[in-house]
Amino acid sequence: MVALAGSVCLAAALAICLYGIGASLYGVRAGRRDFVASGRRAVYALAGLLVVAMAILQMAFVRSDFAFELVATHSSTTTPLFYRVTAVWSSQEGSLLLWVLLLALWSSLILFMTRRRLREVAPYATAILLGFGAFFCALLVFLESLFAVLAAPPAEGTGLNPLLRHPSMMIHPPMLYSGYTLFAVPFAFAIGALVTRRLGSEWIRSTRPFTLAAWLFLGMGIVLGARWSYMELGWGGYWAWDPVENASLMPWLTGTAFLHSVMIQEKRGMLKVWNVSLVLATGVLAILGTFLVRSGILESIHAFGASTLGIPFLVLIVVMIGGSIALVASRADHLRSEHRLDSLLSREAAFLLNNLVLVALCFVVFWGTFFPLISEAFTGEEASVGPPWFNRYIAPLALILVLLSGIGPLIAWRRATAANLRRNFALPTGVAVAVLVGLIVGGVTGSLGALLMFVFAAFVFGALGQELVRGVRARRAMSRDSAPVALVALVRRNRRRYGGYTVHVGVAVLFVGVAASSAFQDQRLVELRPGQTQRVDDYAITYERPTSRLVAASNGRLERIDLGARLQVREGDGGPVRVLETFKSYFPSTDASLGPISRFFEGEATSEVALRAGFREDLWAAVAPDIGRLRPRIEEGDEVFANATELSREDRGAFLAEALRGLSRSYTDSPPPATFRFIASPLVTWIWLGALIVFFGAGIALWPAGAGARRRATATGLARVARELERA
Amino acid sequence: MAVLVAVAVLAIASPLRGGEQVSHDDAAQAERTELEAARDAKYAEIRDAEMDYRTAKLSEADWRGMDRQLRREAVALLHRLDELEPEP
Repeated sequence: MVALAGSVCLAAALAICLYGIGASLYGVRAGRRDFVASGRRAVYALAGLLVVAMAILQMAFVRSDFAFELVATHSSTTTPLFYRVTAVWSSQEGSLLLWVLLLALWSSLILFMTRRRLREVAPYATAILLGFGAFFCALLVFLESLFAVLAAPPAEGTGLNPLLRHPSMMIHPPMLYSGYTLFAVPFAFAIGALVTRRLGSEWIRSTRPFTLAAWLFLGMGIVLGARWSYMELGWGGYWAWDPVENASLMPWLTGTAFLHSVMIQEKRGMLKVWNVSLVLATGVLAILGTFLVRSGILESIHAFGASTLGIPFLVLIVVMIGGSIALVASRADHLRSEHRLDSLLSREAAFLLNNLVLVALCFVVFWGTFFPLISEAFTGEEASVGPPWFNRYIAPLALILVLLSGIGPLIAWRRATAANLRRNFALPTGVAVAVLVGLIVGGVTGSLGALLMFVFAAFVFGALGQELVRGVRARRAMSRDSAPVALVALVRRNRRRYGGYTVHVGVAVLFVGVAASSAFQDQRLVELRPGQTQRVDDYAITYERPTSRLVAASNGRLERIDLGARLQVREGDGGPVRVLETFKSYFPSTDASLGPISRFFEGEATSEVALRAGFREDLWAAVAPDIGRLRPRIEEGDEVFANATELSREDRGAFLAEALRGLSRSYTDSPPPATFRFIASPLVTWIWLGALIVFFGAGIALWPAGAGARRRATATGLARVARELERA
Repeated sequence: MAVLVAVAVLAIASPLRGGEQVSHDDAAQAERTELEAARDAKYAEIRDAEMDYRTAKLSEADWRGMDRQLRREAVALLHRLDELEPEP
C-alpha cells in the first residue's frame, strides 16, 4: 500500500511536469498570467510530491522494510541508522529521485524569488526546469523500479556497500547533486533569455546566487569525494583522474570560468556569446556528469546498450546541445558586445586569460575521460589514459591559473598604466622572490613544478595580503574605524570582491598542498613481521603486534571481522613514540553457496587507515593482512559446518561465533607477515584547509546584502549622480 | 495519497479560478528591470573604480577620468529610466 502511494506520487509528479510545461508556455505566449502562475505552482507541487516520495522511501530504509526491493538490496538490519538514512541514494533509482527532488526544490526557490520579476523570461525557464523534471520522473516511472515490492521479503538485506560507510561518502552525493541541479537554474534562465531576446544583466543578476551556490556545493562534493578516497580506498591518494571524479570536475571548471567572465559582461557588456555559451555548456556538463556516473558507459562502449539509461540520457544531451547552439546562433545580433577590450593591461584581459585556461583544463579532462570511448569507436580497441597523461597537461595549466589568481586582483578594470603595475606588483613579486631564494637555499629543488607552484602561491598571498591592507587603510581613512572594524566593514561592503579574494587564497593553499604531496611524497610498500621496523622519510615505524576483533551490529548480529596491526612510530632520533592502528574490515558475502566462515573473507573489504595528520606532514599507513595463511583453517571450518547438519539454528550461530573467535585468535597468536603501505606526504592538510578557505570565501560572496545596504547603495548612488546631473 | 494529489491539483488550478488575467505591460516591465539592473551594475562599477583608486591600482587622474565617464553612463541610464512609463 505504501509502495503504491510512492508510485502514485511519481506518476502524479510526471503528469504535473507535463501540465506545467504546457501551462507556462501557453501563458507566456498568450499573455495569460494566470496560466504562468499555474505553471509556477506546478513546480511547487512537484517539489511537494517528491518530498513525499522520498519520505516514503526513507521510512522504508529506516524501518528495514525488506518488502521494498531497494531496501533489501541496499541495506540490512546491521547497517547503522545514519547509513540506512543515506543508503537511499546509494542505488541508481534512489540517486535519480534525489536528483529530481533537489531540482524541484531549487526550482521552487528561484521561481518564488522571481515571481514578480523576469515575467517574460521566467515562464520559459519554468518550462525548461519542468522539462528536466519530466525527464527524470519518466525514468523513474517507466525504466526504474523505485518502489518495486518483493513477493517474499527476505529476513535480512544485502547491506550497504562497505566502501560507502564513511560520512563523507554519504554527504558527497547530496552535495554533488545540489551542484548539478543548481546549475540547471542558470541554464534554464539563459534559455529563457535567449528565447525572449532579454539578454541584459537582469537574468544573470537573478540567477547569480544559484550559480555561486552550485559552484560551492559541487566543489564541496568534489572535495568530500577526494577526502573519502584518501581515507577509505587504501591507496593513499586523493585524486586518481577517475572518470567519475572527472565527471564532476568538468562543470565546476566551466562554472568557475562563467563566474569570472560574467563580471565582464555586467561591467562592460562584453563576452555575451562567450558567457551564454559557458553557462549552457555547464548545464550540459552537469547532465553529462550525472549520466557518466549512473550509466557505466565509460567502462565499455558495449555497456551502453546494457544500461537502460544510456539512450534517454544521450537523447537529452543531444537535444540540449543542439537547442543551445541553434538558439545562440539565431540570437547573434542580440549578443553583440557593447564595448571592446580597452587594453591588454586590464582586469578584463586577465579574466579572459583565466577563462581560456579554465576551458583548456576542462578540455583536457574531457579528452582524457572520453579517450577510451573515442579510441574504441575509431580503432575497435579501448585505450585509456592514466594519471601521468593528465598530470602532464593539467600541471602547467594549474600553474598559470594560480599565478593569474594573484595577478587579476592587482590590475584595475578597463586599463592599467605601467606605473600602476610597478607600484602594485612590487611587493608580491618581492615576496615570491624571497620565497624562491629561501626554497633554493633550503634545498627544496627536487621538483621544478612544485617549486614554481610554491613561488606563485607566495605571489598570490603577497598580492591579496597587500589588497587587504590597502583596503583596510582606505576604509580607516574614510571612517576612522579601528582596523578590525574597518576590515569587517570593508568585506561587508565588498562581498564579491573580498569573497573572491578569499577563494583565491584558498585555491593557492590547496594547490601548494597538491604540489608538495605529489612531488615530495615518500611511499613504501613492504612486508613486515611483528617486531620489524621500516623507515619512511623521518619516521621509524615498527610493527608492534597484530590485532583482531569481531564487530557486532546494534542488533547483536556479527557485522564484520577486523584484522589489523598496531604500529609504533618514532619521528627523528629520540622523538616521542606514538601509536597508530590500522586494520582491514571483512564484511560477509551474501552468496549462499559459500561456506559460513569463508563468506566473511569473500565479500567486501575496506581499509581503515592509520593517519597522523599534521600541518607539516601526514603519515599514512594501511595494512593488507595475509589471509591466505588462514585458508586451511577457514576451509576446515566450512567443512565442519557442512557436516554438522543436526545442529539447531541457535547452536549453529553459537558455533559459528566460536569458530570465528578462534580464527581471529589464531591470526594474533601466530601472525603471518603483513603487507603495509606507508606514505609520508608533506602538506596534505593544506589541501583540506585550502578547500575550507575556498568554501568560506564563497560563503562571503554568497551572503546577501541586507535590504538596508541595498537601499543605501541605491539612494547614495542616486543622490551622487543626481548632484552631477545638476552640475552638468 | 488521493488527498495529497487533490491538494496539489487544487493548488495548481487556483490561479485559473480567478478569471482571465492578461498581461499588457510585461514588455515594459522587462525593459524597466533591465535598465534597473544596468543602473545597479553601473553604480557597482563606480564604487569599484573608487576602490581601485584607493587601493592604488589607479592614479588619481585616471580615476577621475574614469569616474566622470561612468557617471555620464549612469546619468544616461537614469534618463532612459525616466522616459519609461512609471510602474503601476
